[in-house]
Amino acid sequence: MTHNTGPVLHAKGISKFFPGTIALDDVELRLESGEVHALLGENGAGKSTLIKCLTGAYQRDGGTIRLDGQEVAPHSTAESQKLGIGTVYQEVNLLPNLTVAENLYLGRQPMRWGLVARRKMNAMARESLAGYGLDIDPAEPLTTYSVAIQQVVAVARAVEMSGKVLILDEPTASLDRDEVQLLFSVIRQLRERGLAVVFITHFLDQVFEISDRATILRNGRVVGTRVLADVTQKDVVTLMLGRQLEAQVHERKAAAAGGTLIEVEGLGKRGMLEPISLALREGEVVGLAGLLGSGRTETANLIFGAVQADQGRILLRGKEISVSNPREAVSHRFALCPEDRKTEGIVGDLSVRDNIILARQAAQGWMRPIPRAEVNEIAERYVKALDIRLASLDMPIRLLSGGNQQKALLARWLATNPDFLILDEPTRGIDVGAHAEIVALIEQLRADGMALLVASSELEELVAYSTRVVVLRDRRAVRELSGDLITPQNIVHAITEDDALPGEVA
Amino acid sequence: MIRSTHLPLLVTLATFILAYALCVYAYPSMLSTRVVANLLTDNAFLGIAAVGMTFVILSGGIDLSIGSVIAFTGVFLAVILRDTSVHPLIAFMLVLTITTAFGAAMGGLIHYLEMPPFIVTLAGMFLARGAAYVLSTESVPITHEFYDVLQGLYWKAPSGGRFRLIGGVMVLTFLVGVLVAHRTRFGQNVYALGGGGQTAKLMGSPIASTTVGIYAISGGLAGLAGIVFSLYTSAGYSLATVGVELDAIAAVVIGGTLLTGGYGYVAGTFFGILIMGLIQTYIVFDGTLSSWWTKIVIGGLLFAFIVLQKGLTWATQARRRAATGFADPS
Amino acid sequence: MPGPKHSVLKRIMPQLLILAAALALNVLVFPDFFDIDFRNGRLFGSLIDVLNRGAPVAILCIGMTLVIATRGIDLSVGAVMAIAGATSAAVVTDGHGWGTALLAGLCAGALCGLWNGVLVAVLKIQPIVATLVLMVAGRGVAQLITEGKILTFSNEGLIHLGAGTIAGVPTPILIWMALGALVILVVRRTALGMLIESIGINERSSRLAGINSRVLLVCVYLVSGLCAALAGVIVAADIKGADANNAGLWLELDAILAVVIGGNSLLGGRFSILASLLGALIIQSVNSVILLSGMPPEFNLVIKALLILAILVIQSPRITYLMYMLRASGPQPQPDTDPLSNSPKEEAR
Repeated sequence: MTHNTGPVLHAKGISKFFPGTIALDDVELRLESGEVHALLGENGAGKSTLIKCLTGAYQRDGGTIRLDGQEVAPHSTAESQKLGIGTVYQEVNLLPNLTVAENLYLGRQPMRWGLVARRKMNAMARESLAGYGLDIDPAEPLTTYSVAIQQVVAVARAVEMSGKVLILDEPTASLDRDEVQLLFSVIRQLRERGLAVVFITHFLDQVFEISDRATILRNGRVVGTRVLADVTQKDVVTLMLGRQLEAQVHERKAAAAGGTLIEVEGLGKRGMLEPISLALREGEVVGLAGLLGSGRTETANLIFGAVQADQGRILLRGKEISVSNPREAVSHRFALCPEDRKTEGIVGDLSVRDNIILARQAAQGWMRPIPRAEVNEIAERYVKALDIRLASLDMPIRLLSGGNQQKALLARWLATNPDFLILDEPTRGIDVGAHAEIVALIEQLRADGMALLVASSELEELVAYSTRVVVLRDRRAVRELSGDLITPQNIVHAITEDDALPGEVA
Repeated sequence: MIRSTHLPLLVTLATFILAYALCVYAYPSMLSTRVVANLLTDNAFLGIAAVGMTFVILSGGIDLSIGSVIAFTGVFLAVILRDTSVHPLIAFMLVLTITTAFGAAMGGLIHYLEMPPFIVTLAGMFLARGAAYVLSTESVPITHEFYDVLQGLYWKAPSGGRFRLIGGVMVLTFLVGVLVAHRTRFGQNVYALGGGGQTAKLMGSPIASTTVGIYAISGGLAGLAGIVFSLYTSAGYSLATVGVELDAIAAVVIGGTLLTGGYGYVAGTFFGILIMGLIQTYIVFDGTLSSWWTKIVIGGLLFAFIVLQKGLTWATQARRRAATGFADPS
Repeated sequence: MPGPKHSVLKRIMPQLLILAAALALNVLVFPDFFDIDFRNGRLFGSLIDVLNRGAPVAILCIGMTLVIATRGIDLSVGAVMAIAGATSAAVVTDGHGWGTALLAGLCAGALCGLWNGVLVAVLKIQPIVATLVLMVAGRGVAQLITEGKILTFSNEGLIHLGAGTIAGVPTPILIWMALGALVILVVRRTALGMLIESIGINERSSRLAGINSRVLLVCVYLVSGLCAALAGVIVAADIKGADANNAGLWLELDAILAVVIGGNSLLGGRFSILASLLGALIIQSVNSVILLSGMPPEFNLVIKALLILAILVIQSPRITYLMYMLRASGPQPQPDTDPLSNSPKEEAR
């Protein structure tokens, strides 16, 4: 480490605490000028918290940030912009109701005689965007243009306002291949100009295509910084998922499954999920593996009717059924514990009791209330069976810890006696004890003859309970593993598309 | 160049022209400067208040207090001119300061307490109306020579229409409003706030000062509307201008501004006001139609414009979906 | 919440205390406030007046509570009152019986509620915008029905609804109490209340749990329309005529105020109709204090404004958060204001 050419930005010992959790623990990030630096990690690893600390959206609880050797402490995104740190977010963070030029120059419009010089502003915008290879009319509303162009506008704004460090937070999440290339050419230009670019994404291909180095976070800690030319995708995934992926021999439960329960045939939605087919038998757990954004959640949502598919069909015990909304899904005895507990799962201000009974009550209709004694019996039974820890059934569910909320949601769906249970990231963000209990529960439900579809980023966990694993990549099912082939290595192979899977059965 | 965001404005303009053409077809005498002059004079106070309301609605808020503030201003002026020897101009300054500060205070509550504008301005509505009652429950006539001077100011058009001062004040307010909305940083910040508060904040737009400024403008313009109304009626009455906020909101929406904020034009509100005035004028000309048709027609127009905007929003979303290949998460 | 008795009591305790204070003020300015006479087969007294005069707002706030619980608002109830009153008056002056008239008024209210509900639930128009249409146009429709006149009638049966008594008690008091009890019973003895709260707190979660939020939303606005219609008929019956201009004027604001005083959040969720009814009584008691004390009635609005401001400050999320931070040392509090979730996508407007 030489001192004359120090890093553009050096964050050291960054810590951030939230009530009950340590979001960042002694994190270090060095950015050199003229490099694209990827920031990697699964959900909850602390990427976005780190970004928010750098941009002043959060105040860090410890550590220092040096920009060109000067210590800085931005208190707002506006302040960090002035210092030289610009950010572009996944959902285009521009205003859809303004024109391209207005977005580009909001807050720093060229003025003449105390008024905004619109013509000049449009000319400046046109010139600026031409520098990125865009020839568009900046007086048009932003929404006239595709998301990729909007992203470039956002990048242009961030670069013009800041000019030292550019943070790209999942900028490619909703772009197609050509659009990604447009954005990448812009990023390459910026690298030439000497900017330090932080690139956050879940698409490893893209990381390897554009980035020079990567810092990998896990559970709020840095697990390593790597020069990407020296490592493989597999090394990176191993770091991200945090398992020594040694060969493990799992006792395969005899696939003592019953008859076929659900057949999904070519179910898909344009731009969201390529048509997927899978079949589940009673007493079977099918795992959905893949990195974030690979289509795990989308698969779950389409099957449950939370999002309406535009192609394909679903068969229940050989008969085609319509699942166009969750209500229909529930009537076919489907159940879904969604990934985002807080906005899609719990009803925060309702009591734990009401939350547990909610789906069953909704299925029965409001006219036929479940008698109070039965409600209590059901709630207490599941609280006991799932070991939900609470002070009282009357407390609002939002006061429970993450693991207990998750169990209460499981209880909500188990109370409907489902035949087919979809779990999306059932163990995310919950403590170790609850984790083990949920894994055991999945095992037990399977043994009782339920069909389960479990999407998870925890490979070991998937390996432990799945009778088959479907691996997704780029919103497409790429491989199905079963029996002894279900090992963390094979899943990682499929995720990273390493060919020549040892002993693959075609 | 015609852009899709201009569509509501164009529809408003077309509606106005069509409506006026229908009026003239039915009653050729409606095509006169006299009718136009009266249209401006009679709707002056409403128009001025509606400019403030346009800013509020553009930012995604609502201001229920303006009718009460207009009444308060009238009573305040009447009482102060009756009981003291203060010159009306000084009284005008005083009342404008009060109403602007009143609006700013509501804006502050909305921003800093994170409360819905609806309920904050509802409190403001009661407070201003109550203050007007406390000042005087009776109608207080205003007799001041300066008022006579102001009321005597007009420009007589060749064919007999008298364009009075207050109509001019309204037109001037609209012109300034257009300039502020489209050609100042503050105006851009208002649109930014209406387009998405969180995003605007991330883009470094000053949310707090913008919110306070918007409601201060609305309060101040309601004060100006009150002054104009007192010139129009030569009196201050605490029960006057009840429900003017509804008329103003209707004018803004008929003027093509999206009630959820972010999209719209101050100029559109001007035509919204004229359309509403035209309906009333037509009913007066007709003589057999009853006054309640005004409300029904305005309600119908309101509905038509809300549905039109909803349709446009859907169309835009569909286009975006097609452009991104992504589904609306909701 | 069909919870244990003491939890209901705890929920309505602030409203009971405010009501007690307001009533105490009444006694202070008018020592005979609680005196109730029985003359000519009817109860008389200031307290009876408060209960009687408070009937329209009390009835309105029943429906309004449900609407607000779903994160909505119904601005049109005042105009719907006028429509329903006019409809009943028109039917009864046509020579039909009071039952038919009442039914016609209720049907008109139901139609209005259905219209609002469809705009909100099916066309997904913001409630405040959707109900504004009827608020503006409704009074015109009512005038259309009455042809601009105050439509007077002398049908004893209809008048009885507003001005009559049953067993000495003014009918409006019995009506609002019975309706309140009925709706509370229906909402809490069935699962309706819980489902409505669920929609108001988190519509997305509710939909994923299989709740038919669309139908429920329409129903809630329907109920609000029906309540408004009933209030409108009572008001018309009370003055023996339908005044399309003034019937129910600004009562939507009083109804919303009653709900807010009842401690129900404008942001939807948990609700208590009982507390809203107490809120309506509080408003009426404050009116009564001003009336009885001989204070100029013009202070009424100022006091209302101050009441709202006080409630605003108490309900403000910012203040709630500050209070939470002060008590943050408590055991395992996982607040909803978890800063981890402050992602930019939370700006749903």
